[in-house]
Amino acid sequence: MRGDAHAHTLVAPADLDSALALLADNKGHRVLAGGTDVMVAFERGLLRDARLISIWQLDELRGIATVGRHLTIGALTTYTDLIESSLVAEHAPTLAAAARDTAAVAIRNRGTIGGNIANASPAADLPPALLVHDCEVELRSASGARWVDYAGFHTGYKTTVMRPDELIVRVRVPLVDAPMRHFYRKVGTRRAQAISKVCISASVRRGHDVRIAFGSVAPTVVRARIVERELASALAAGLLSTEAVSRIVALGVAEARPIDDIRSTAEYRGRVTRNLLRECLMSFVA
Amino acid sequence: MKSQVRCSVNGAACSFEVPPMARLLDVLREEANLTGTKEGCGEGECGACTVIMDGRIVNSCLVPALQADGSTITTIEGIAKGNVLHAVQAAFISHGGAQCGMCTPGMVIAAVDLLTRVVNPDENQIREGLAGNICRCTGYTKIFDAVREAARLLASTP
Ligand SMILES: Cc1cc2nc3c(=O)[nH]c(=O)nc-3n(C[C@H](O)[C@H](O)[C@H](O)COP(=O)(O)OP(=O)(O)OC[C@H]3O[C@@H](n4cnc5c(N)ncnc54)[C@H](O)[C@@H]3O)c2cc1C
Ligand code: FES
Ligand code: FES
Repeated sequence: MRGDAHAHTLVAPADLDSALALLADNKGHRVLAGGTDVMVAFERGLLRDARLISIWQLDELRGIATVGRHLTIGALTTYTDLIESSLVAEHAPTLAAAARDTAAVAIRNRGTIGGNIANASPAADLPPALLVHDCEVELRSASGARWVDYAGFHTGYKTTVMRPDELIVRVRVPLVDAPMRHFYRKVGTRRAQAISKVCISASVRRGHDVRIAFGSVAPTVVRARIVERELASALAAGLLSTEAVSRIVALGVAEARPIDDIRSTAEYRGRVTRNLLRECLMSFVA
Repeated sequence: MKSQVRCSVNGAACSFEVPPMARLLDVLREEANLTGTKEGCGEGECGACTVIMDGRIVNSCLVPALQADGSTITTIEGIAKGNVLHAVQAAFISHGGAQCGMCTPGMVIAAVDLLTRVVNPDENQIREGLAGNICRCTGYTKIFDAVREAARLLASTP
């Protein structure tokens, strides 16, 4: 049953420092950005937090810019902002592809990159793309700021290195300084509005510098280190034959170790992982 | 806890005294008496509650009232100009794009938004633009026809 609006408080601090000061109180505040996860929990009567802090109005958390050797993206950047940005298209094309495949227009206008990361669903669609772009996340609290490597951000199912008094303020990815090939594909019950059952994201730079990440198959989004190593050495040796692809696909399915859950079965996921990984690798053969 | 929420709705300045976590959907329907905006799923899946907020379509079931403070909102009631229907509304009528009407306000808003962003959308762009709106009656074909017709109408009216 729907939550009761009277049972929750919600405040909208005027600036980031005020928001961080509230979080520093440690009174169990829940942050509310675009609300596309939090308000669904509210609708289902599953929102346990009595006190909420809106950050949607904090324009200092918006904006996409190149800073030094990085592309930085504010935490409140929406899927629509990612899709419309020429900087993202140039320096984080896999992220743009992921944003285009997420939800539908109205959700893309409200859902944010910070919310997608902090919500920490293993089925979220931006994380696999963020992993192949070597993303870092800036966490800020009233007592300071720190950059963490996104590859180490998720520590287990829905757990992260973020402290309760911290906010994600922005993320950054290194600028693409050499030609890069990339691949992104998710499979869900339908194209729009569907949560992934399997998602694969990959990039190849400088001929054989490889990143591959899986979403939705394991308790967290994961880099496929074994596949990366095998693919890199095959590409480096100029030996990415169809036989090599088949061998690497088999290793990849074993590495992904797909799980059973409410959205799908391990068996179905295994098969889709195999097909997607094959499609992904074949795209790098040409 | 109640908050003062001020916003512009269909061109009129409004002020509501509501719990800050009240859904924009309920504020529009129950405080502003604008019942054209519908509730289907209540969780962002169906699009029946779609409104335009600061130039972008949103699911009003997922917007807490406080986040609408200071915003400019257009609901289905604000789409026609007086008695003159918007081209999208006219085309929905002439092409049988509405049956029970439950999805129609959201569909129309999403279609209007699509046609402001994309002047002459192709089949894929129409499907993409309306992908967040579910219809249980029409089978979508007549809705897509209506949107194509509306695009033609808009292109031929200066
Ligand atoms: C119909 C529908 C379809 C969807 N489809 C997809 C999909 O295809 N792929 C997908 O990945 N997701 C999907 N989602 C989920 C959701 O839209 C995304 O996860 C979105 O990015 C969440 O962002 P938000 O700003 O709305 O988060 P919110 O709901 O505001 O917050 C989500 C969580 O993150 C925390 N949080 C938010 N911002 C910050 C921050 N800056 N710092 C610290 N914590 C923060 C909140 O406290 C909360 O725990 C869908 C949701 C709906 C309703
Ligand atoms: S009622 Fe809001 S999307 Fe269904
Ligand atoms: S006309 Fe009945 S749901 Fe669309």
